Amino acid sequence: MNLTVNGEKQELMEPGTLGQLLDRLGIVPERVAVMINGRVIPKTGRNDVSLREGDRLEILTFMGGG
Amino acid sequence: MNGDLKLKLGGQEFASRLIVGTGKFSSVEVMLEAIKASGAELVTVALRRFNRERPSDDLMAPLARLGVTLIPNTSGARNAEEAIRAAMLGRELSGSSFVKVEIHPNPHHLMPDPIETYEASRVLAKEGFIVLPYMPADPVLAKRLEDAGCAAVMPLGSAIGTGHGLSTAEMVKLIIADSGIPVIVDAGIRSPSEAAAAMEMGCSAVLVNSAIAAAGIPAAMASAFAAAVNAGYSARQAGIMSRCDHAVATSPLTNFLS
Repeated sequence: MNLTVNGEKQELMEPGTLGQLLDRLGIVPERVAVMINGRVIPKTGRNDVSLREGDRLEILTFMGGG
Repeated sequence: MNGDLKLKLGGQEFASRLIVGTGKFSSVEVMLEAIKASGAELVTVALRRFNRERPSDDLMAPLARLGVTLIPNTSGARNAEEAIRAAMLGRELSGSSFVKVEIHPNPHHLMPDPIETYEASRVLAKEGFIVLPYMPADPVLAKRLEDAGCAAVMPLGSAIGTGHGLSTAEMVKLIIADSGIPVIVDAGIRSPSEAAAAMEMGCSAVLVNSAIAAAGIPAAMASAFAAAVNAGYSARQAGIMSRCDHAVATSPLTNFLS
């Protein structure tokens, strides 16, 4: 399955949920906010969201800013 | 007057009237020291893409340890729709409802887009956000943003990062005179005296980033700003004397020497 994560193409062997993907990427779930195809996915709903072919994911965190 | 001593924003109270931005610091350590020295309880942050190669850039854990409240900004948004999305993402991450609406499509001057800023602020206030819009120093727009439910307005002193100070002083005074919500000068402040001047004018707080981050010793500059903000606020509360166009003697002028 092909996804775009933060602008980069990624190929996943097995489809799964967003929660599983974050886990596989080694991301601490509390430290990121996630948007799929422009829609914000709440932290509590990540295990209910199944990833689909062609999904565009943005995984975001905080940086310094004024 | 005692009831006024704390800054009230969105139903919350803050002892410090200095809000600090976290951009442009040479390292996370320098930034944390500066925030500590500033005494700030409110700190702005921006969103960026998560980078697995640079997890040490993560600001959340160290800022959480400081116990400050985060104000995510919507920097990078070019219109209201993008800003609303950024605000939702920021709230997911920060766990607080504060948002600094910041929409400046032109990188040359970074002037806030008044129409998109108004639209995003209106929608986000309805959604229950504590909305702090970065805005042009325009008294008409300030009133519209207040009516739209913003928790404060943040007129610019001068363009972001320029250090040109309170070039909008006369407009900021007009905004303060009419405003029923806190007015916070954001952007352009270069030195503590300018922060004090903003507070003497009647601002409820100031937001400072570049002036601290770009200082020779950021932590020392941060505490200088904290002192200046307090001095300016105290002066305003004490009641500043009015100007007079002719001299008014402070010593007796009786002719006892002649």
